[in-house]
Formats: sequence, C-alpha cells, structure tokens
Amino acid sequence: MITLRTWLTADTPTSRNHARAIQAYLSWRALASNPLTVIGLLIVVALVVFAALAPLLAPQSPIAVDLTERFIPPGAQHLFGTDEFGRDILSRVLYGARVTLYIVVLVAVTAAPVGLLVGTVAGYFGGWVDVVLMRITDIFLAFPRLILALAFVAALGPGIENAVLAIALTAWPPYARIARAETLTIRTSDFIAAVRLQGASGARIVLGHVIPLCSSSMIVRVTLDMAGVILTAAGLGFLGLGAQPPLAEWGAMVSTGRRYLLDFWWVATIPGLAIFTVSLGFNLLGDGLRDVLDPKNS
Amino acid sequence: MIEVQNLAVTFGEGASAIRAVNGIDFRVAAGETFGLVGESGSGKSTVLRALSGLNPDWTGAMRVDGQALDRKRSKAFYKLVQMVFQDPYGSLHPRHTVDHVLAEPLTIHGMLDVDRRIEQALAEVGLGPAFRFRYPHQLSGGQRQRVAIARALILEPKVLLLDEPTSSLDVSVQAEILNLLQRLKRERGLTFILVTHNLAVVAHMCDRLAVMNAGRIVEEMTVSDLRKGAARQAYTLQLFNASLGYDRAKAKELITFA
Amino acid sequence: MSQKLLSVEGLEVRFHTPKGIVEAVRGISFDVGKEKVGIVGESGSGKTMTGRSVLRLVRPPGEVRAKRIDFDGIDLQGLDEVEMREIRGRRIAMVMQDPKFSLNPVMTVGRQIAEAYLVHHKVAAAQARERTLEMLAAVKIRDPERVYGLYPHEVSGGMGQRIMMAMMLIPDPDLLIADEPTSALDVTVSMQVLAILDDLVTQRGMGLMFISHDLNLVASFCDRVVIMYAGRIVETCKASELQQAKHPYTQGLLASLPRIDRPVAELSVLSRDPAWRDGPVVVDGVMRS
Repeated sequence: MITLRTWLTADTPTSRNHARAIQAYLSWRALASNPLTVIGLLIVVALVVFAALAPLLAPQSPIAVDLTERFIPPGAQHLFGTDEFGRDILSRVLYGARVTLYIVVLVAVTAAPVGLLVGTVAGYFGGWVDVVLMRITDIFLAFPRLILALAFVAALGPGIENAVLAIALTAWPPYARIARAETLTIRTSDFIAAVRLQGASGARIVLGHVIPLCSSSMIVRVTLDMAGVILTAAGLGFLGLGAQPPLAEWGAMVSTGRRYLLDFWWVATIPGLAIFTVSLGFNLLGDGLRDVLDPKNS
Repeated sequence: MIEVQNLAVTFGEGASAIRAVNGIDFRVAAGETFGLVGESGSGKSTVLRALSGLNPDWTGAMRVDGQALDRKRSKAFYKLVQMVFQDPYGSLHPRHTVDHVLAEPLTIHGMLDVDRRIEQALAEVGLGPAFRFRYPHQLSGGQRQRVAIARALILEPKVLLLDEPTSSLDVSVQAEILNLLQRLKRERGLTFILVTHNLAVVAHMCDRLAVMNAGRIVEEMTVSDLRKGAARQAYTLQLFNASLGYDRAKAKELITFA
Repeated sequence: MSQKLLSVEGLEVRFHTPKGIVEAVRGISFDVGKEKVGIVGESGSGKTMTGRSVLRLVRPPGEVRAKRIDFDGIDLQGLDEVEMREIRGRRIAMVMQDPKFSLNPVMTVGRQIAEAYLVHHKVAAAQARERTLEMLAAVKIRDPERVYGLYPHEVSGGMGQRIMMAMMLIPDPDLLIADEPTSALDVTVSMQVLAILDDLVTQRGMGLMFISHDLNLVASFCDRVVIMYAGRIVETCKASELQQAKHPYTQGLLASLPRIDRPVAELSVLSRDPAWRDGPVVVDGVMRS
C-alpha cells in the first residue's frame, strides 16, 4: 500500500499512464478532502448500486398489485408503506432508481457531447460556421425547456424514451454556449498557435486541444444540471407524459400520490424524498468537481 | 534565406482598419540572426506572425529558402520554419505532458522513431528524461521555455522565429535560455529572427537588426554600430539611450514619435 | 541616509499550504527614508510580499509576523483595520504592475481619482475635480480635461500607469510602494514614469520603495538597493556601487545580464549555492554573518 502511494505521488512519472494515474490520484485526493462532495458522491454511488441491485434488494415486485393491502403506512411489513394498488413503495422506489439513472445517463451521453462539439466547432472555426451553428442553438434556447420537452413528447407520444429524447434535445444548447465561450478564449492562446505552426489540422486542434480543456467545465456543468434533468423527467412523469404506468418512476409516483397526500402522506412523500436526495447528491458532487476540475479556480 | 518585400498587414476592415505593418522590406541570410526591435504597437510581432503563417491577412511578398509563401502554408513549410513564443506559461497546453507536446508534431508529420527523437530533443535543451512525463504546472518558467524550444526543434527546421523568448523570464534564466539558443544555432546552422524590445538582448544575440516604429522600419543597422551608439535616426538613438538605464536629464527630453 | 520613514525589523511571511508551510519572507529588516530604495530579486525572492506586508495586504493563508513595522512613529502592527485603512492610500500608497487590473472599468478615470481624493479629504466635488486635473497634469498627461472623461479601456498602458500614479499620489502620501510599476511599459514610457517618481521624491520629500527585477534600472534610478534571495536580504548597498557588489548572488545576477556596451561570447550562468539561503550577507560592501 505504501509503495502504491509513493508511486502515485511521485514527482517524476516514468510513463504516460503513470503521469495520468498521478493526475487522477491528486484530483481524487482534492475531491475527497471536501466532506460535502463525498456525501454527494456517496448519494450518486448509492443510486447506481440501488439501480443495479434493485431486483435483489426489492422485497416485492414493483408492479405486484394487491388490493387487500392498499395504503398500509410505513412499518415493519412494508418499510415505506404501500400505495393505492397495494404495491410496495420501497420496491417501487428502488426500481424507480433504474429509470432515473437511465434518464440521467442517456441525457449525459447525448446532450453533453453534442453541445461540446457544436460549441467548440463554432468557436474555433468562426465565420459562417459559427453563425449557422449558434443561430440553431439560439432557436433551441428561445423556448423554455419544459415547454419544448412537452411539445416534443406531445408530438412523439408519451413514454420514457421520448421523454429522454425531449430532455436531451433541450439540454444541449446551453452546453454549446459555454463550450463556444471557452473556445473563444482558448483559440487565441499561444499553445493553439504553436500546434497550428506544427501543421495540425482544424479537426486535430478541436478534438485534441480544445475539447480536453472545455470538457472539465462541461463535466461540472452536466453534473450540476443533472438535478434539473431529474426534476424535468419527474415533471414530465408527473404530467403523465413521461414513464407510463405501471412503470415505477418517481415523478409519476408523486403525481398519483398527490391525490391522497392528506390522508396517506407517504405515497407522495417517499418518492419526493428520493428525487430530492438524488438531486442534492448531484449538486454537491458538481460543486466539488468544479473546485477540482475547473482550471479557472487553480 | 528569408526575403520580405513590401509586407503590409491590416487588421479589421473599412474605416476602423488598422495598418499594423506598413510596407516593410528586409532580408536575412542563412545562418544569420536578425533582430526586429521596437516598442509595443510597432508591428514587430505582427511581422513574425505573418511570416509564420499565423496571420493570413497580409499583402506583399515573402520568400523562405527560395520558396514564395502563400496565405495558406503547406506541411513542408512548418518543417522549415518554427516559432518560440514569449509566454512559457501560455505556450504549453496545460493538460498535456511534455511527452504529449513533443510527440504531437512527430505524429502530424508521420515521423518515426518517436521515443528516440523525444529523448534526444529533451537532452538537447538540457532537460533529463525525468521531465518527459511531467505536466507544465510541474515545471519552472525556464524549463517550460526549454520544452517550447524542444518542440520547435523536433521537426528539425532551418528557421526559428523567436518572439520575445526571454522577456518573461528572470535574468539568470534568460542567460541560460539565450546560451542554449546560441548553442543550438551553432550546432544546427539555424537562421533566427528575434523579436524583442530589449536592445541588450539583440546586441548579444544578433548580427543585424531593424528598428521598427508605427508599422515601418525606421532603421536597419549592424550590431557593431548599435554597440557604438551609431544610430542615424533620432528614434533609434532615443531607444538606445533609454535602454542604458534611467537618466534624469535624458528622461525629460523624451519625445513621442509617430 | 535621511530621516527614517519606514522601519521594518524581523519581517516574516509564511503561507500555509496543503503541502506544508512555505516561507516567502524569512526575517528581513530594512529602513526607508525620504529616498528611492530599490528592492530587487527574482521571482519567488519574496520582494512582492515584502511590499504587501507593509500595507497588510497579504491575505490568508498568508501570515505576516514582524518584530516591528514602524511607520513615521506609528506601530503599524498595533493598528486595527479601520486605522489601517486611514494609513493606506492617505499616507502609504501602492502602485501595481498592471494598471488595467487596478482601475474600475465602468468609471471614468477622472472620477476614480477624484474619489480617491474625497475619501481622505472633506471637500466639494468641484474642488476634487480641480485637484484631479492638477494631478493629471503633474504626471505629465498632456490634455487632463480630455483624459478625465475617459474610461480605463480607452487609455494606453503608459497612460494607464500614469493615471494610476495620479490616483495614488493625489492624497499626497508620505511613502509610495511601487511594485514593478514600469515592467509592462515600453522603455521610453517607463523613463517618463520614472522621471515623475523621481520628482516626487526629490521635490516633495516622499519615500519610495521601488520593487523590481531589473538590476540595471534600479542601479540607475534608485539611491539604495536591497537585494533579496530566497526570502532574505542578501545584500544592501548604494545604487551607485551596485557594480562593485560583494555577494556572489548579486555578482552572478549582474554577470548574467547581456550588455550593449560589453559584448561577450557566452553569458555567464548563475549557479546557485545552497549556502546563500542562510549564509552571510553583505551590507555596504561588508560581509556579515
């Protein structure tokens, strides 16, 4: 263990991978030194674990209807109680983590790269490329996110995939904006001039030099936005346009539980708390990542 | 080696256009070190950027090694002419290791033997193999500038354009870098164009120099004339006097040349 | 040396970083009278921190300690933040390297200077304006009326540094700390700026702490020179005697400078001796341990 530690803190790395490992280790140490970030990270890790192990952890099937067991309050028999169809809420929340994770991952892997690419290309090449790409971005930005997502879902039909698609379509323009602004400052720097003078092509410069510098602030931004994405998905679910019953989705669960809120508080509150916790987790993690990754702070 | 005729560079268009360089001519022989001296806004760096291909908005004619230069440069040009920048903190990518910085030009030009070339390039600029996998933030200003020089030389160019290569370094580090450049020039028979505002550096490094002001060459002279203070133009003389240090009487007589 | 304005004894500046304590200044003592004192050193020598710690401008994690920081009979360490603010600007002013970062971009330069005056003097706005125009003229700005109404981005570097100086000098301070005031300027402009500072010292009897990395400039401009290395003063001497410096570090620095009047085939390179960190120091040509 001691040898691994000295290897990871060595001043003179001996290979490409060694250098990378040291860099990763130092970032990790900086990240771990902030307790709030660690809490955020634990929440996000817990979300992943619960989603992965939902079938093992859930005491019942999330869609097993038992009308004799309607509205049982949280207790020994059902840890989080049951809902209007007698379904176990704990099981539904655990399976709901899968839906949430699915949405988050899908939005992150679609919207962020698209925004990053559009922004850096527009920023680096400038001229008409910039004009065309940024006007398209402006058009998307001109609509409120939830309204645009609503329109998409209304056009494509309700369902979890379409909700994700709608969110991703509305999530990339702000990323493009940020990436472009950063690219504009990076573009004029000497290290870009230097690589241009080595005969590097535009594509090589954007992919190898500009994007790596923009991507850390992008990771931060995406993490911070995840709370918003979860809430939008929950909002779509709440409006009945996201996940369709009987699929367990936290927003939809809050939506149905709302009707019984005064008499049976747990039906809406438990999934509400799940949304709150996961959003908070992503926000805390995002704040911590910003401190570690954002070059402007160092 | 280098021939510049009637070079003009204009920034912007229409009424707000600024003529940064206003029709200048000079020649640099192979193996020579030519100094371009001037104050900020004189256009000296702009000349270098136009020559290097970083700024395409120029008119006139430029030739390097007998080849006329176009707005857009070929890959072969970049193997012939390389540049070292002023700010060693800004000229290295903050997320790339020294190894990555030096490997990139080799990959672009499809050169083989990457490991050997990188180790040799580092050795030539006085950095041991221990520096190979470090990031720029783990290096001092002088070490970064050595990496920048190694990057410029790894393509084995014949011409090196130096844009204030030591002006953001401490004087003791400046001496090391200037000595390094002199040695590399001797060993490889390089041709240098050195842009600087520091007449003492020009006197040490160059054979001839041109003094620029407001986009024009005011005077071209040899370094031995410069050392004697034998300037024909009042502007050069004023610059010369000011670089000797503070002098109360002379400071009050300074005038602005346009 | 003339009458003491500032007297510093045993000044230490430390930074608490995750990697441990970094000592930027390690117990230095010096005096400044109504004269031009040059503080010279390379980056990391602690010269900037020395200037800042006099005005208590070192922020945490930095920590300043001194046996004594005495300014015109006042113990600066004993003052609270309110009293310190009264000293800052009014009696001790500071000019930084880059004027662009020190000026408020959304206020005309004239108003900023007038405001600096109004902070310390209870006078009418018209009078402050009058005084500002006088001050702009005093720093050799040709058309003060026009410059008064300009925004910081509309002025050149040299003009900006002169404006900065007007702003710092309008409350008529007794001591000016100038941290590389001319490094960002062209050589002829910097000569003009230095001439202004020179006049202020010789005519108004101001004290000047001139922090710089440029040995030649300090030798030709200042009265006395303090050379710092690794957080310590390794040599002090008269500026006119700098060329005869005794400390190997000072000698090494001087030798590494290229000179117009003295051609050499190769510049001599400074080889740093670890013993300099704590070894003997030179005061006016005399070695002391």
